[in-house]
Amino acid sequence: MAEYLKTFLPESYAWLAYTAAAAVHVALLFVLAMMIVAVSNWAERKIAGRLQDRLGPTRVGGRFGWLQSVADGLKLLTKEDLVPAGADRFLFRLAPYLCFCASFSVYLALPMASGWVAQPMNVAVFFVLAVAGLEVLGVILAGYASGSKWSLFGGMREAAQVVSYEVPLALCAAIPVMVAGTMDLVEIGNRQAGGFWQWQIFHDPFTFLTFFVFLTCAVASVNRAPFDLAEAESELVAGFMTEYSGFRWSVFFMAEYASMFAVSVLGAILFFGGWNGPLPVASLLGLTCENHPLAGYLGGLLGLCNLLVKGYLGIIFMMWLRWTLPRLRIDQVMTVCLKYCIPLAAAMLLGAMLWCYALPGGLWAAVENFGG
Amino acid sequence: MSVAIQWHSLFFLLMALAACGAALAVVLSANVVRMAFWLVVSLGAVAGLFFLAGADLVGTLQLMVYVGGTLVLLVFGVMLTARQPFVDMRTAPTQWLVAALVGASLLAVLWQAALSVDRWAGRGQTLADRQAQAEPTAAPLGLALVGVRVDKPDQADPRLRDGMAGYLLPFEVISVHLVVVLIGAAHLARAKRRPTSPEPPQTPRTPE
Repeated sequence: MAEYLKTFLPESYAWLAYTAAAAVHVALLFVLAMMIVAVSNWAERKIAGRLQDRLGPTRVGGRFGWLQSVADGLKLLTKEDLVPAGADRFLFRLAPYLCFCASFSVYLALPMASGWVAQPMNVAVFFVLAVAGLEVLGVILAGYASGSKWSLFGGMREAAQVVSYEVPLALCAAIPVMVAGTMDLVEIGNRQAGGFWQWQIFHDPFTFLTFFVFLTCAVASVNRAPFDLAEAESELVAGFMTEYSGFRWSVFFMAEYASMFAVSVLGAILFFGGWNGPLPVASLLGLTCENHPLAGYLGGLLGLCNLLVKGYLGIIFMMWLRWTLPRLRIDQVMTVCLKYCIPLAAAMLLGAMLWCYALPGGLWAAVENFGG
Repeated sequence: MSVAIQWHSLFFLLMALAACGAALAVVLSANVVRMAFWLVVSLGAVAGLFFLAGADLVGTLQLMVYVGGTLVLLVFGVMLTARQPFVDMRTAPTQWLVAALVGASLLAVLWQAALSVDRWAGRGQTLADRQAQAEPTAAPLGLALVGVRVDKPDQADPRLRDGMAGYLLPFEVISVHLVVVLIGAAHLARAKRRPTSPEPPQTPRTPE
């Protein structure tokens, strides 16, 4: 985009083009993250209500309580910003922002459609995993700086859990990377173009099973129930968030929803074709850049809708899970990770490796070769 | 007249200042967790410098290994070893003196080394050279791991050719070594409970 803007500006104003491009990217991503937070907040209340056989919000802003998120936001903004007397004030105040920075930075490398990415990177998958893992620092600091035992317990649990689950998550992400042969998320998405049978989850039985391990680890790594031991409102009050109120508390929630969406989008790109719909509608309609720039733009928009729907299905699945399954104990969390997820992911890696070696084109190419 | 902002230099200065300032804060703060926090800032700023130099793989590794891994381990260590909340560490003046001496001499050596290499100072380089260096680094690094050096396709000197056999074996040896160290550290850090009372009679365990 900076290159495009530079064509309109004289040579000495190139810095302005970079500034404008950066501002537009940041603003778009920020709006996206905030909209995700607002919609998720409303959806969580509504889905929780429906799953518990009640209505959820019904009054604020019309029949379905559409404006519940706005009302919640206003309520949180007007609450008093408390810092406990025994807290480390500096770290206590900073921790929520650290959390949010980490989960927002992930969006930097997440493509939203073919080529629609703030910073194209050839190690995007690795970057996303590395930055998403930094969220734990904010939680640990919040737990420690609060000067409360509940918070410290929450922070400790979070640290143990996230550090353990990063290993199987990275192993699971390595399998689609190996199948695609690249760590560039744009390239991985584009390789799955042309219908749902091209998606990497259907590449071979190993990637199919890998997705479910990935799903488990993704839910655990964003601290959602049944893995929400850091928060655990029925045993630890609210875990690391016990001492937070008002705006700082809501920043933790923004971080949680933002990273939920980020990890869903990562899963959608790695396994479910990313911005490629279940049927190759965009290429059938001729919505590609080769035909017309505007057609390419429309195709990108369609891809964006595809990706948002897939990401949102991930979020809705996590909400469904939260209100369905009971919370695990900390030793069960560790058992699931160390005794089941890691060996399974390692076996899948080995299996996918052998499969790629034996049938490089995947199952469908093998079937086509066999038939013709 | 136009006021052009050199974004590259500006961000370099910002990151370098953050790295140095946070490193100073690590040394000067007395609270262990604050030290850990400033170390995160310092290492993160170094990762930013790597990204700025176009080395995205190394920058991401810095984030993953140093900022993520090491700091989480450090915080773990603090939490497992701290006897009371908010541990304060006071440093004796003699220790300050020794540390300052060691630090200053290391700085002098590095400073001298950094300024003595012409290529690092950017002398005798054109803009095209610099752009050629800003190529993606992940693929060449990965190929070098298995012994394919794209930057040196043919090594004329046969004695040096052995050195280009790839880094896979050393890498594996180091990984196994690190695993051993990690298991050893976990064993040493385990809480050793001294039985204060005579041990309770062992009930025979029923098979589960």
